[in-house]
Amino acid sequence: MNSTAAIVEARNPTDWQGDAMQKRIRKRYSAERRFKALGLGAIMLSAGFLAFLLIVMVGNGLRGFTQTELPVEIDFPAMTGGASASQFEGANGKANLRTLGVRDIVNASVEIQYGEKGRELFSAGGWQAVSTAIMSDPDVIETKTTLYLPVESEIDVAYKGDGNAFAEKKVAELGDKLSTGFNSNFLFNSDATDPMQVGIWGALKGSLITMFITLMIAFPIGVLSALYLEEYAPKNRYTDLIEVSINNLAAVPSIIFGLLGLAVFLNLFGLPRSAALVGGLTLALMTMPVIVISGRNAVKAVPPSIREAALGIGASQMQVVFHHVLPLALPGILTGTIIGMARALGETAPLLMIGMRAFIATPPGGIVEPSTVLPVQIFLWSDEVNRGFVEKTSAAIIVLLLFLLTMNALAIYLRNRFETRW
Amino acid sequence: MTGSILFLLIIVLGGIAWFFGRVKASRFSTSSTKRGEVHSLPAYHGWYVALWAIGPALLFLVIWSFSSPALITDAALASPAAEQLPQDAFARGSILAEARSIASGQQVKAFNPLSKSMVEPYKTAISYYQTLGAIAALLLVFAGGAYSWLRLKPELRARTKIERITMMALLLASLIATITTVGIFASLIFESARFFSMVSPIDFLFGTEWNPKAVAGPRGETGFGAIPLFWGTVFIGAIIAMIVAIPLGLMSAIYLTQYAPPNFRAWMKPILEVLAGVPTVVYGYFAALTVAPALRDFAVSIGISGASSESALAAGVVMGIMIIPFVSSMADDSIAAVPSAMRDGSLAMGATKSETIKKVLIPAALPGVVGGVLLAVSRAIGETMIVVMAAGLAANMTANPFSSVTTVTTQIVQLLTGDQEFDSPKTLAAFALGLVLFIVTLLLNLIALRVVKKYREAYE
Repeated sequence: MNSTAAIVEARNPTDWQGDAMQKRIRKRYSAERRFKALGLGAIMLSAGFLAFLLIVMVGNGLRGFTQTELPVEIDFPAMTGGASASQFEGANGKANLRTLGVRDIVNASVEIQYGEKGRELFSAGGWQAVSTAIMSDPDVIETKTTLYLPVESEIDVAYKGDGNAFAEKKVAELGDKLSTGFNSNFLFNSDATDPMQVGIWGALKGSLITMFITLMIAFPIGVLSALYLEEYAPKNRYTDLIEVSINNLAAVPSIIFGLLGLAVFLNLFGLPRSAALVGGLTLALMTMPVIVISGRNAVKAVPPSIREAALGIGASQMQVVFHHVLPLALPGILTGTIIGMARALGETAPLLMIGMRAFIATPPGGIVEPSTVLPVQIFLWSDEVNRGFVEKTSAAIIVLLLFLLTMNALAIYLRNRFETRW
Repeated sequence: MTGSILFLLIIVLGGIAWFFGRVKASRFSTSSTKRGEVHSLPAYHGWYVALWAIGPALLFLVIWSFSSPALITDAALASPAAEQLPQDAFARGSILAEARSIASGQQVKAFNPLSKSMVEPYKTAISYYQTLGAIAALLLVFAGGAYSWLRLKPELRARTKIERITMMALLLASLIATITTVGIFASLIFESARFFSMVSPIDFLFGTEWNPKAVAGPRGETGFGAIPLFWGTVFIGAIIAMIVAIPLGLMSAIYLTQYAPPNFRAWMKPILEVLAGVPTVVYGYFAALTVAPALRDFAVSIGISGASSESALAAGVVMGIMIIPFVSSMADDSIAAVPSAMRDGSLAMGATKSETIKKVLIPAALPGVVGGVLLAVSRAIGETMIVVMAAGLAANMTANPFSSVTTVTTQIVQLLTGDQEFDSPKTLAAFALGLVLFIVTLLLNLIALRVVKKYREAYE
C-alpha cells in the first residue's frame, strides 16, 4: 500500500492544459486532418482520372458523329436525259441505279459548280449519299435538287477546328458554304480507308454475333457446373481439382486464352481465322469461370429450408434443383453473367491472337465469315495515321462505353429488383 | 449456313418429338389408373422422346463434320480435272486448299489456274456429301423419335433415365474448366517445347538481346534473350503501375471505410469501380493519345533527354489507374476483417483515428493488403492492350521512365500478328513467352491466395 502511494506521489500528474501538451495535441489533430485530406484527395484524384478520361473521349468523339458538307446542285433531268422516278422503284430499282452512273453525274455537277479541281474537295465515296437519296425518294430524279455531300477528310477536320494549314485555307475559301450534318455513315457503314466513309455497323454486328456465341456456350456450361459443384459434387480430390482450375482460369491473363484459341481452335481443329465462331468460343472459355463463381454464390444463398421442403413433399433431387433452387438463384446468376459478358464485350487481346484484326469492309453474314469486333476496330483505327480517324476512334469508344454502361445498369437493376435476401 | 439451318431443323423436330411423347404419355393416366401405375409425369416422357430424336442425330453430325472433308477430297481427286494436278504433295495440297476455300465461298479469286479447274469437282463433292449427311441426320431423327415413341409405356422409368442424362451433363459441364486449364497448359508446353528445340532455354531466359526480326537461320538462333522483356514488364506493371495504384487505392479504401459518410461511400464506391470496367483498349487509346504526348512534353520541358512518346511512364501510370479499384477493394476487405475490438481498444486509449489506422489497422490488415497487391501485380503484368498501344517495341534495359521499354504481352501480340508461319521460332517464341507469363501469374495468384487465407484464419 505504502509503496504504491509513494510512486503516485513521486510522479507529477500530466498537465493537460500546459503549453507543451496543448501543442502536442494540436499537432496530433492536424496530423489527423492531413491524413483525412490525403484520403479524400486520393479518392478525388481517382474519380478525377475517370472524369478526365470520359471528357477527353466525349470531347473528341462527339465530332465523329457529325460530318462537314458542301451543297451540290444536281440537275437530274438534264444529266440523266429524263429518267423517270418509276424506274427506281421496286425490285429493279437497284440495278437501274447502277446503270445510271450516279458517280459520273455527281462528278459532273461538282465540276460545274466548284471548277476543275472541285472533285478534290469531296470525299471519294460521297456520291453514295446521292444513291441513297434516290433510293429513299425516287422522285428527286425528276427534279433539279440541291444535296449536301460530305467533304474530303482533311477539310472536315479543319472545319471542326483541328486541321493543317492547307486545309484551313480551303475552309476559309469555302467560307459559309460549309455546313455540319449528321454523319449517318458512321452508324451504318463498315470499315473503309477513307475516314469520311467509315462506320461501326460491321464491327458492331461482329460483336453481337460473337457475344451471342459466347453466351450460348458459356451460360449453360457455367450454370450447370455451378449447380454441380454446389448441389452434387462429393468432397473429394476430383472436385478440388475442378474448383482449383475454375479459380485459376478466372485469374489467367486474357491473352493466354488467345494463345489457346490460336493453338487449339485454329491450328488443331482447323476452324477459319477471323471468324466470329472462334472469337465466341475463346471468349466463352474466358467468361465461363466468372459465371460459375457468381452462380455458385447465388446457389449457395438459397436457404436449405427450400430444398428440405421440396424433398419433404416427394420431389426427386433433380426436381429440387431444377424446379426450386435454380429459379430462385437465377437473378444472381444473370447478374454475374451480364457482368462477365460486359467484360467479354470489351476484350481485345485474345481476339487479336486469333486473327480478328483484318480489314473487314462488309458486315459478317454468318458465324464462320471473317469479322471484327468493336474493341478491335477501335484498336485498328487508333493505329491509323490519318487525322480524320482520331474522332472516329473516340466516337466508337463512346458507342462501346454506352453498351457497357447499359449492360452494367441492367445488372444492377436485376440485382435490386429480383434478388431476394433470405 | 446450311449447317445452322439443319441444326435448327433438328432442334425444331426435337420439339415436335417432345410434344408427341407428351401427348401419348398424358393418355396413360386416366381416372381408372391407380397410384404408382404410371411411373413418370408426361413431360419426362416428352423429354425422353426428344432426346432420342436429337441426340443420335447431333452425334452423327459431329462425327460427319470431322470425317466428311476427307471423303470430299477423295471424291474431288477422283474427278477427271484432278489428273492435271502436280505429283508433288506440297503443291498439290496448296492447290486443293485454295480450291476448297473458293468452293465453300471463303475466298473469291483463284491465284493458281489449276485450282480454278478443281473448284467445280469440289463444289459437286461438297454438295453431294452435305446432302448425304443432312438426309442421314434427318433419318436418324425420325428413327430415334419413332423408336422411343413406340417404347413409351406407363411403367417406363422415363424420369430416372432423364435424370441420369442430366447428371452426366452436369458432370461434363463442370469438367470443361479442368479441360480448359489442361488445354492451356498442354498447348503452351507443346509449342514451347518446339521453340526450345530450336533455341536453348538458357539463351531465352537469361539472354539480354531481344531482336527476333534479325533471326535468320533455322539453327543457332540468337536474338531471343527475353531479359529486356521481363525487365520492361516488371518496370511497367510491378513498379510504375504499383507506385500509382498502391497509395491511391489504399488511401481511397481507408477514407471510404473509416471516414466517409455513408452517402458519400454509396456514391463513390461504384464510381471507383467504373474504373475497372472501362475496356483496356480505351485505356490504351487514352494513354497513347493524351497521356503519352503530355508526359513527353513535360520531360522535354524539364530537360530530360531521350524522352519517347511511347514512354514506360505513360503506360505504367494509366495501368496504375486501371488497377486502383482492384487494390482498393482488396484493402477494403482486409481492413473490414480486422476485429473491431482492436480498433475500439486503440480509440479507447485516446489515439486519434489516423493513429489507430496507421498503428493498428494497417499493420493488422497488412497480410491481406499484400495479398491484394500481389493479385494486382499479376493482373498488371498480364495486361495487354495498354502496353501494346502506349509502350514501345524497343527492347531497352533502362530505368528511365521516359524512355521506351517493351513487355512480354506486347511482344506476344507483335510476334503473332502480321505474317505467320507456324513453324518459325518467331511464332513459337510467343508461346514460350506465354508459358512464362502463365506460370508467373499462376504462382503470384497462389501465393496471394495463400497469404490472404492464412491471415483470415488468424482472426476467425
